[in-house]
Parts: sequence; C-alpha cells; structure tokens
Amino acid sequence: MSDGLKIELGRRYRFSASHRLHSEELSEEENRRVYGKCNNPHGHGHNYVVEVRVSGNVDPATGMIANLVDLDGFVDREVIEPFDHKLLNEEVAAFRNHVPTTENLCKEIYARLKRFSKAKLESVRVEETSNNTFEYAGEEL
Amino acid sequence: MEGPGVSSGYPWRIQWVAKNMVYLTRKLEFSASHLYHNPALSAEENKRIFGKCNNPHGHGHNYTLEVTVAGEPDPVTGMVLDLKELKEILEREITQRMDHRFLNYEVEELKGQIPTCENIARVIWNLLEPKITKGRLHKVRLYETPELFADCYRNGAQGA
Repeated sequence: MSDGLKIELGRRYRFSASHRLHSEELSEEENRRVYGKCNNPHGHGHNYVVEVRVSGNVDPATGMIANLVDLDGFVDREVIEPFDHKLLNEEVAAFRNHVPTTENLCKEIYARLKRFSKAKLESVRVEETSNNTFEYAGEEL
Repeated sequence: MEGPGVSSGYPWRIQWVAKNMVYLTRKLEFSASHLYHNPALSAEENKRIFGKCNNPHGHGHNYTLEVTVAGEPDPVTGMVLDLKELKEILEREITQRMDHRFLNYEVEELKGQIPTCENIARVIWNLLEPKITKGRLHKVRLYETPELFADCYRNGAQGA
C-alpha cells in the first residue's frame, strides 16, 4: 500500500545462557577492575530477552509482513538453539575472540538475523536483565 | 532538524527524536476476538498459512495499544495536547469500536482484511491521525500479546 505508512512487526524471544567477561588483552588486575563481578572465572548467567523488529510489505492475502512460523523458526535455528543454556564464551564461535558483553551479543544476533530472507531486519534489542538493555540497528549504509 | 537520541518516553528505545519536540504516549487495553481466513484460498491453504489462527470459531487477545503524539508544548498550558482529550478520542475511536468485538465481523474498517496485528495497527493509525489535531500522531504500537506487536508510523518519521 502506498499510503506513506510504514509497518513493523516486533517479536520477543527468550533464552538463558552464561558468560564471563574477560579480555585477553588486559592483565588479570585490569580485567578484575574493568569487569568486576562479571570477571568471575566460573562465569554467571542471565535470562536474556531478545526483541526483534522487521519491516516489509504487508501481504494483502495474509495480512502479514512475515509469517510468524517462518520468523520464529529462523530465530530459533539461528539464535535460540545455539545460545540457549550454553556458555557463550566457549560454545559460540564468535565469542572465542570477542568478549561476550551484551553489546557484542546484540551485534552478533543482529548479524545472524540479518540473513532472514522474508522481511527486512530493522533492529535487535537485548535485555540482559530488566535493568540493562542494548539495541543495535546495523551499520550506516 | 532531526538527530539521534534516546526517548525518555520509551525506556531503552533508541530512536530519532526531533529537536524541540515532546513525545507523549498514552496506553490503553482492549479485548477482542478474531480469526484469520482468506476466502480466496482453499481450506488447506488457509490451514497451512494461518495454522491455529484459522479456527472458524475465532479466538481472543488482550490487546495493548500505545499511541505516541509528537508536538511542542503549548506555552500557556504546558501541554502538547490535553491527555483527557486524547483519552476521549481513544475511547470513541478505538475502545467503542473494538473492545469486546469480533474484529472480522464487527469492525467496518477491517472488513475484507485479515485482522493481523499489522493490519489492525494500520487501521488504528488511519482512525486516529485525522482526529489528533494538536501535535501530530507519531507512532501507533499494538501488542497482540507481550511477545508480539506491530508498529505503524509515517515513512521517514523513523518512529520506532
């Protein structure tokens, strides 16, 4: 419809995972100073909430930007399955060399979901706790 | 004129916020039933595309609507628009039309459309935009469940 309106679809997902904030480029003291409790060698966990927004044409036959079965399946395969109940540092390749802060986690999820073919990814927002939230909308084109 | 910023009206939501403007948001809830069925498609296709939402008896949701109006506060009243007035517009245009209704059959504006979150958000936008004469309608967000919502705004307003 060319009524000048833009419609976006938002969906929230959850997963639980553990991480440890530790940078190989910093000394032990610096790591402790920078990351505090999050530097605990045994790691710790969060219940993450991922809010995904996609946009596109609303198909007049279905009334949908994207069928939720497709979106949910894609997010499940790309993010929930590989991240849920995992130690992010060890079990997600991207975090072998990157500190799994939620900033980096948000960007990693964005990169994975950008490949969704049925709608345009607008942004990814990750709630690490109800007090800490991170949002990423990709690079300026 | 516009620059990136963080709207305090939306905790955590990074968005384009125009200078000098204040964005106010009013929330309301309504409950309604609907079903997804496209008569141009076969029964099997309807089942395949819409799944459980194709149940001919329909099903219901508690919808939450967030309406954001942008404007400059009036120097005398300090208001973008009177919230009481906005509340009355929402009551008249949305609650009376949609609350405790079967959306497919009882909402004229949705006739011939699948009442998805996307389509209802657009209908709500079109109902509200002409009624909001102080400030301008900036964004409509409709939650069908806490996990699913649709945003509607004018192209270029980057309202999300």
